Amino acid sequence: MNAIYGLFPDTNSARRALAALREESSRLRIKPGAIVLMSSEPLEEEGFGWEKQRTYMPWLTPLGALLGGAAGYALAAFTQRVYPLPTGGMPLIAMYPSGIIMYELTMFGAIFTTIVTLLISARLPFYGKRLYDPEVTNGKILVGVADPDRECSGEIGQHLQSEGAEQVREFSSE
Amino acid sequence: MATTSIAPEYAIDIKPDQIRQDLLRPIFQTSRRFYVLVFFLVAIGLPGIFLYANQMSEGMGVAGITRPIFWGIYIANFVFWIGISHAGTLISAILRLVNATWRRPVTRCAEAITVFALAIGAQYPIIHLGRSWLFFWLMPYPSERGIWPNFRSPLCWDFFAISTYLTGSTAFLLLPIIPDWAVVRDRASGFRKRIYTILALGWRGTPREWHRLEVAMRIMAVAILPVAISVHTIVSWDFAMAPVPMWHSTVFGPYFVAGAIFSGIAALIVAMGILRKALHLEEYLKPSHFSNLGKLLLVMSLLWVYFIFAERLTVWYGNQPAEMAAFWSIQRGRFAGLFWTMVSCNFLIPFPILAIKKLRTITGTMIASSTVVVGMWLERFLIVVPPLEHKYLPYEWGTYHPSVTEIGIAIGTLCGMILLYVLFAKLVPIISIWELKGGQHKKPFAEQALSAASRSGVHLDSTLPSTNS
Repeated sequence: MNAIYGLFPDTNSARRALAALREESSRLRIKPGAIVLMSSEPLEEEGFGWEKQRTYMPWLTPLGALLGGAAGYALAAFTQRVYPLPTGGMPLIAMYPSGIIMYELTMFGAIFTTIVTLLISARLPFYGKRLYDPEVTNGKILVGVADPDRECSGEIGQHLQSEGAEQVREFSSE
Repeated sequence: MATTSIAPEYAIDIKPDQIRQDLLRPIFQTSRRFYVLVFFLVAIGLPGIFLYANQMSEGMGVAGITRPIFWGIYIANFVFWIGISHAGTLISAILRLVNATWRRPVTRCAEAITVFALAIGAQYPIIHLGRSWLFFWLMPYPSERGIWPNFRSPLCWDFFAISTYLTGSTAFLLLPIIPDWAVVRDRASGFRKRIYTILALGWRGTPREWHRLEVAMRIMAVAILPVAISVHTIVSWDFAMAPVPMWHSTVFGPYFVAGAIFSGIAALIVAMGILRKALHLEEYLKPSHFSNLGKLLLVMSLLWVYFIFAERLTVWYGNQPAEMAAFWSIQRGRFAGLFWTMVSCNFLIPFPILAIKKLRTITGTMIASSTVVVGMWLERFLIVVPPLEHKYLPYEWGTYHPSVTEIGIAIGTLCGMILLYVLFAKLVPIISIWELKGGQHKKPFAEQALSAASRSGVHLDSTLPSTNS
């Protein structure tokens, strides 16, 4: 993977650069989803593409909770059948204690699903080489284009520079 | 996402570079004090490990627990540490959910307490087992013996509740640390860089990563609250399910939860006060943070008095001989000294300090919190021991005196807890860098109001005193 990117000192210049790249994307032959943004903190303001993010996490978590609860009931009921402890006048599968196990495993299922979904959907962990600049954790905002068209890459760099990039760099994973 | 305002007294007016420098300093610079402290904690805590090894070798006879009092300091410590663990996750989750902007410097200090206190507390039932190496019998697994755990036993409920809470709290603590580990990764070198590279999971700070993290933290904040409540309720049921005087009570669940939050907040204030001084975080942990937590502690102190009164009133009104024997032994008998010390530590001393605004300073809240921590340990001890000394059948009465083994192990685990916290503060930015920086983008409330007014054409006098959000 190759990329060209600029490091911006503040959100305003980064937002401008991002808007310019989006506007000129067809002329600069930027592929859909090739514009890259990285920051040291969440950029909640409009114009950064944040609002376009979607995830199934809020739907998967209840599903994980349901599976956890079902596993909890199965575990408690199975155990009480496999190793029966008859207690005078009481049902073999004790409802309230089984409810506690179900409840805890329901919550465990929800928590576990959330963690797994986060890691998978955020594509973490990843230890290979990919576009990144340590300047991002110094507070700089990285705006760039992945796999730019060779002919347009110089012009993209000029765009980034003119919008206020402190530095324009190139990245190659090879 | 809606932009929220931040009140001026919580606004941290420090440049982002300075924030990074201040919060990363403990990671990259190690003072002599750190080594002295670690040595001191290991030296004091080490005898606890030897005493524990001796207990496993010699049997439970070396501990002070004997028939009829089988639960002593170990179980009191178990309840105490599980209570302390309520500090972090619960407070942090609530503050996250209500989007309290002042939470930012506080949450990680709090969440770390939860994880370590829970890990320490969970050791006690295992220590108490005697044959600790068989603790895995609590786990449901198919064995050749064909024996499965008895899910009707509250001990089994404890296993599931604590495991779930520990998993959730650890995730709740670790997930927001990932971006901060990336910050450390980009500054470290050599072996340290390799370690932090693994820990940072390849974090880059893309909108996708930030979005997923924020969504996950919101879900976790919702999910962890009922788990936190259930954990201490289930711990209370260890007692309430037993036909022992003063234990078999329906109020025990909420009473334990309230006590846990009470002791948890107190522990958090103490930890914050020490961290503020030791790591020079005066610009981050401000008097207003202590004052706010102090108010919360005041509410919990009043709630604690309410619960203890309600619990004692019903016992006294019932006037059952066995319960009254336990009741009077606490109130004016062998345990009266501990009881009134507990009341002083949990109410008489902290109440005026926290209620009077002038006294609710950093020093004031630290003093009040320290007494509450002591008082809450005494409360746990008084819940466990006196009722067991006065069971329903008088031939089962006895007395309990803690042994050197029990006290040594208790001191050892206390040192272990502090050591874990000290090491954590050394390896991880104790205040979330990205959350703090993110909070700086929130304009002070007054500034927001002025800009909103000017947008709508209304002129406001900017010299007016700013209001709290």
